Amino acid sequence: MIEKKGRALLLGDGPVITASAAVGGKKEGEGPLGASFDLIVKDPYAGEKTWEKAECLLQKKAVTLAINKAGRSPTEVELLFSGDLINQCTPSCYAAVGLGIPSVGLFGACSTAAEGLALAALLLEAGACDRAVSVTSSHFCTAERQFRTPLAYGGQRAPTAQWTVTGSGAFLLERQGSGPRVRGALLGKPVDMGISDVTNMGAAMAPAACDTLAAFFRDSGKTPDDFDLILTGDLGSVGHRIVQEQLGQEGISLDDRYQDCGLLVYDSARQDTHAGGSGCGCSAVVLAGHILREMAKGSLKNVLLAGTGALMSPMSLQQGESIVGIAHLVWISAE
Amino acid sequence: MEMTKKQYKDYVKQVSPASPLVADMARAFVSGGLICTVGQVFSLLYRSMGLSQQTAGTLTSVTMIFLGALLTALNVYDDLARFSGAGTVIPITGFANSVASPAMEFRSEGLILGVGAKMFTVAGPVLVYGILSSAAYGLILWILQRM
Repeated sequence: MIEKKGRALLLGDGPVITASAAVGGKKEGEGPLGASFDLIVKDPYAGEKTWEKAECLLQKKAVTLAINKAGRSPTEVELLFSGDLINQCTPSCYAAVGLGIPSVGLFGACSTAAEGLALAALLLEAGACDRAVSVTSSHFCTAERQFRTPLAYGGQRAPTAQWTVTGSGAFLLERQGSGPRVRGALLGKPVDMGISDVTNMGAAMAPAACDTLAAFFRDSGKTPDDFDLILTGDLGSVGHRIVQEQLGQEGISLDDRYQDCGLLVYDSARQDTHAGGSGCGCSAVVLAGHILREMAKGSLKNVLLAGTGALMSPMSLQQGESIVGIAHLVWISAE
Repeated sequence: MEMTKKQYKDYVKQVSPASPLVADMARAFVSGGLICTVGQVFSLLYRSMGLSQQTAGTLTSVTMIFLGALLTALNVYDDLARFSGAGTVIPITGFANSVASPAMEFRSEGLILGVGAKMFTVAGPVLVYGILSSAAYGLILWILQRM
């Protein structure tokens, strides 16, 4: 049963995340969450000829690892939700070939992990399928060459710039089974506050995160105190501060329980990642690895993830458009 | 969030850390100066080999372009640039880097549509407007000389 309360969608018991898998690159493995990855692929090419193929391989590995963990085979999965940052989501397309699972390609920029989880959970709850996988990936090298400059180009990064996570996180959701449940979702509104600085994505996405979180607390009847951890996807240090301050002004105090996946995944001072991590893989690997492990241990019961995305392309920016932010929310509960 | 776009932009500026300008400029000054010193050493070397000032100058440029491209190919130039900023961008080695790096990057799209077509994605505008402004300068000079 899906209960609609304003924009908040509450899912009764909700579908179960029976397994998840996090695959990361070398830098992610060296980060504070290194031990929470199921697999670290140190070679940026992952033994492939191009970075795009490498990203595709990361995604494929994450999907098969998650399915295998639950003791299932791909033929038992009825729907695949996948997405990434690259033009036309080709890494996701090629990763889906050969799995034999009907698949839905998604683009929500870096919010895609939460978007896929929300959609998979809603379709499961509505009875459209019994088993679905949601996966997203990003790769530092594929993102740099598409959105910024060639890797070997000698430039300096702004202090507000973020570092695209190389990695992929996959989730297997089932109607029955054991594990934490997706208990709620809220799909975000695109918000454009006129920020066009591509080196300050956190500031561009923060208003969308504020809108989504405020709407969830207003409509669901829940308060921040009902959660052990409230996460945004990849706002980094600037966006994290904006959300904390702006929601505080609206009377929603998130306090210490508010974290950002982009701040958790790297040690900014040691790893030279400036404002933090970003990318479709950022919130996916943090949730699929670290957070779900903590939930399995019992140290976290109720977690909110507002996956944040910057809906832009190099072309839209060159044409003078500002960056549209979006944030999709999922509530995961181990109670 | 009750804010206009203008108010939000001002607020973002206030909460975003700024680039450390003084440190950036000091590093650019030292590293850029070092690159020029290396160039000067080559220039003196070529002069001491009995070459004319003009030939030595040309050979120095060629040498520095080669070194810039070599360090780019060895994936060293971008590491130097992370420290040096404008110090590695402005000298001719930076120009070599801006041509060599897309050539390497787009190798995966083939020699024609990759390397060939994308090699000047970074340096292209510099060439176009550099040549255009030199033509404009030449035209102005030509008119002034006939007045």
